[in-house]
Amino acid sequence: MDDFLIRALIGGFGVAAVAGPLGAFVVWRRMAFFGGTLSHSALLGVALGVLLGVNLNIGIFAVCAVVAVLLVTLARPSQLPNDTLLGILAHASLAFGLIGLSFMEARRIDLMSYLFGDVLATTEQEIVLILVGGGLVIGVLVFLWHPLLAATVDEELALVEGVPVKAVNLAFMLLLAVIVALAMKVVGILLVTSLIIIPAATARRFSTTPEQMAVIAAFGGCAAVAGGLWGSMTFDTPSGPSIVAAAFALFLLSMLAPVFRRR
Amino acid sequence: MVPANRFAAAKPLLEASGLTVVRGGKEILSNAGLKVREGEIVTLIGPNGAGKTTIIKVVLGLMRADSGEVKRRPGLVIGYMPQRLQIDPTLPLTVGRFLLLGGNQRNRQGRVRAAEVLDEVGARTIMKTPLQAVSGGEFQRVVLARALLRDPDLLVLDEPSQGIDVNGQAALYRLIASIRDRRGCGVLMVSHDLHLVMADTDEVVCLNHHVCCAGHPETVTNDPNYIQLFGKQMASTLAVYHHHHDHEHDAGGNVVSLAEADLDTEKKTGEREGHHG
Repeated sequence: MDDFLIRALIGGFGVAAVAGPLGAFVVWRRMAFFGGTLSHSALLGVALGVLLGVNLNIGIFAVCAVVAVLLVTLARPSQLPNDTLLGILAHASLAFGLIGLSFMEARRIDLMSYLFGDVLATTEQEIVLILVGGGLVIGVLVFLWHPLLAATVDEELALVEGVPVKAVNLAFMLLLAVIVALAMKVVGILLVTSLIIIPAATARRFSTTPEQMAVIAAFGGCAAVAGGLWGSMTFDTPSGPSIVAAAFALFLLSMLAPVFRRR
Repeated sequence: MVPANRFAAAKPLLEASGLTVVRGGKEILSNAGLKVREGEIVTLIGPNGAGKTTIIKVVLGLMRADSGEVKRRPGLVIGYMPQRLQIDPTLPLTVGRFLLLGGNQRNRQGRVRAAEVLDEVGARTIMKTPLQAVSGGEFQRVVLARALLRDPDLLVLDEPSQGIDVNGQAALYRLIASIRDRRGCGVLMVSHDLHLVMADTDEVVCLNHHVCCAGHPETVTNDPNYIQLFGKQMASTLAVYHHHHDHEHDAGGNVVSLAEADLDTEKKTGEREGHHG
């Protein structure tokens, strides 16, 4: 196998293995649109990163974190429905990101690679970043698992039972910001949400516990990365969209699987 | 002769006074208060939108009052049963796992404890059932079991009987009373079914933004404020109160006349008695 393909696989697996479990929470908490907003705002992070000359992943994480905090703080006073607020922030930040990038020299910016990923160009440095960042996210997620699950089931019940719900929710959003920053390389800003929610949705039918669903989502995401890269190599298709297409194919297959129980 | 509250001398678990909550320019609570003592069952009644859930949230610390004071006994452990608990269908969660989420122990001992409380609420057989597959009555018992898992000094139950048929409601209230008898914990609950809870309720607090009257169920139902709030005919028999509530729900489409509501209730009460007797 070629080196670049091995790097792509390692990077893709690293991101998918983390995106799956986080995605399970995104599905349970009905935060898919929230994930979309974070990923749209990532382009603003790219623009700021290029402008200020800092690491793009750090730029993305910073902007995503600010957007997440903004969403939480604006929700009450604006009195707007949550999805409206998400739509406003998603597209405003995408617009500002595109405007910011338009100021830069065209040869320094490969817009398509940001929007749809460029996993076949993953460098060793980026692999280290993905593995360290992903490991950190998984570590925090394991540590927060119980309180996060309690808050997911019912926030008020969790609060009465002594779970620091606000802090746990904030931590979860920051974890999402990290995975958006890491996943951009693999599937790109416009497709990040799919890598988070499709494997989790696929895993639902095969799971009887939350942990099972998280683990199956992680493996399902990795399978999608492998299948997508294979498709990309075989049919010479763009890697990011191919990975998402593979994830979707797995999702469709899961719908054909017999239903386990349920009324 | 109206019986005196036999808990008058018991130690207070929780005491709220002068609570005022204003939201959107409307006064939801106005100088409201309540008190729950050890072993006492306090039932909160009132029309829809009277602020019952609001006062529950304030005493639980889930919502801040604009003024007023909530005093809890230091170290008070509260078991809470929220009004509407919805479990997302995408979350694979068994009854047992749901219980463990509320407890402090997740090991074998925790599972044994979870099985014990599930047994206590009479739902032992559904430990491994997915939460989304249990019936309305079972679900409420499971949520009650989770509250009990914490060995609470005080149970706070917001409309525990919702989604349960009338026979199931009576059974649930008997269960709550028996838990109180066994554990000696205080109970604060919101209920529309005063005719069902009356026998075991020690104190009724009738809320309509402010506390319009409070006391032993028999005292309250004779109170002019109660009669004014629920109407003379409504107040004359406790059983009718339940129907007053049904009537409000029907108001959009089917308005049931008072006489009909009366008759209907008598019939239902009769059926119920027949069932248990």
